[in-house]
Amino acid sequence: MSNTDIIIHDEKDNVGVVVIEKITPNQDCNCWIMENDKSVSIQSKDEIPLGHKIAMVDLNEGDTILKYGHDIGKVVTNIKKGEHVHVHNVKTKKW
Amino acid sequence: MEIPKSFLGYKRENGRAGTRNHVIILPVDDISNACAEAVANNIKGTIALPHSYGRLQFGADLELHFRTMIGTGKNPNVAAVIVIGIEPKWTKRIVDAIATTGKPVEGFSIEGVGDIDTIAKVSKKAQEFSMWASEKQREECPMSDLWISVKCGESDTTSGLASNPTVGNLMDKLEPLGVHLCFGETSELTGAETVCEKRGKTPEAQAKFKKTWNDYNDFILKEATDDLSESQPTAGNIAGGLTTIEEKAFGNFQKIGGCQFIDVLGPAEEPTKGAGLYFMDTSSAAAECVTLQAAGGFNIHLFPTGQGNIIGNPIEPVIKLTANPLTAKTMSEHIDVDVSKILSREMNLSQAGDELIKSTIRVANGRLTCAEALGHKEFVMTKLYRSA
Repeated sequence: MSNTDIIIHDEKDNVGVVVIEKITPNQDCNCWIMENDKSVSIQSKDEIPLGHKIAMVDLNEGDTILKYGHDIGKVVTNIKKGEHVHVHNVKTKKW
Repeated sequence: MEIPKSFLGYKRENGRAGTRNHVIILPVDDISNACAEAVANNIKGTIALPHSYGRLQFGADLELHFRTMIGTGKNPNVAAVIVIGIEPKWTKRIVDAIATTGKPVEGFSIEGVGDIDTIAKVSKKAQEFSMWASEKQREECPMSDLWISVKCGESDTTSGLASNPTVGNLMDKLEPLGVHLCFGETSELTGAETVCEKRGKTPEAQAKFKKTWNDYNDFILKEATDDLSESQPTAGNIAGGLTTIEEKAFGNFQKIGGCQFIDVLGPAEEPTKGAGLYFMDTSSAAAECVTLQAAGGFNIHLFPTGQGNIIGNPIEPVIKLTANPLTAKTMSEHIDVDVSKILSREMNLSQAGDELIKSTIRVANGRLTCAEALGHKEFVMTKLYRSA
């Protein structure tokens, strides 16, 4: 088994979580989908630290972020596949 | 792994069992703290539980104060109790309720006596209790004598990925053994509230959860000047990669595994529907939540953390686990169980759950937790509104 750089909870999720100290721009990353034990790969665009999220697909303003297979917020600035997903481009739908 | 059938606990007069054998000096109110601390300083083997409230409270807020005081005294981790208050009436109410467990309890009031004579009088009784409790021996108790509460803190995405699911795995394995389980954190289920509601075992439990969460949400909408974005997620959560309250909530929710809750408890309320999982309406502030769960009668606590919360409790041992490899390294003195190998896939969830069960039993048998060794004994009353 190759090292896992990113873990994705659910096959439906459009974000993954970095589980190594950090990934650097243009790094080819191995991703493990926990739900079905599948592996996929992605090339990063940003530096992303441990625990932070990466976009697995291109996302547009207004799109819903899915993690654990559930809605965890909305995109407020377009995000490209491989970019860092966090408070600068995603907001809660609650408040 | 075959799950052990028993642990070594202290059997109490009312049939419950404790994982600890504390003699506590419980002040009814803030102004009795000095006396309580002086007594605990005089008499070895006793511990004072100072706090900030207990005067001029009224209504539901006062009832919660009494429930927390009484529940703390009744907790099976407590062998004997001294209650000290400024005046005799409220002191007696607490003493009488604790006495229903059959454990030694005695109350003292300071008015008309003064601190110094009270301290002398109380110290004599505390010495008697401490020496009596010191002879108590641990005996074999069934796993069903464990009442396990859970709460996570300084969460990050590793909490939702690994440390919270590890707690969930433990719950899935221990629930069939008749263990009482409790999760709380009403505010931090926001975003996952409808999914959580469906985990109620009965329509009554579901309806009770829905009402509890709605009442909380109404309160936030009424009191909040802006929204909760400044405090939920916290700065620590955001540094750890958590972006929204919804993301935090779904991570939080992993702690109950596949279990269904059988009832919803008010803060510090004791469960009465037998073994199984309960939801308790609590704040998500760590010390407040654990204090309420301990007052509900829970005798061992599991606390998954991401960025490294350091909380402990004076009577309920708090076991910390983390899946964040940096936290495990930089804050190792606070971490009882390191499950970071889940992230590197060197350990699976079931193995992590087994490790946590083993650690839980070691602590139940008497091994000090990191928080106990470091002297963490945060005892924090939940206050519902301002005093009269």
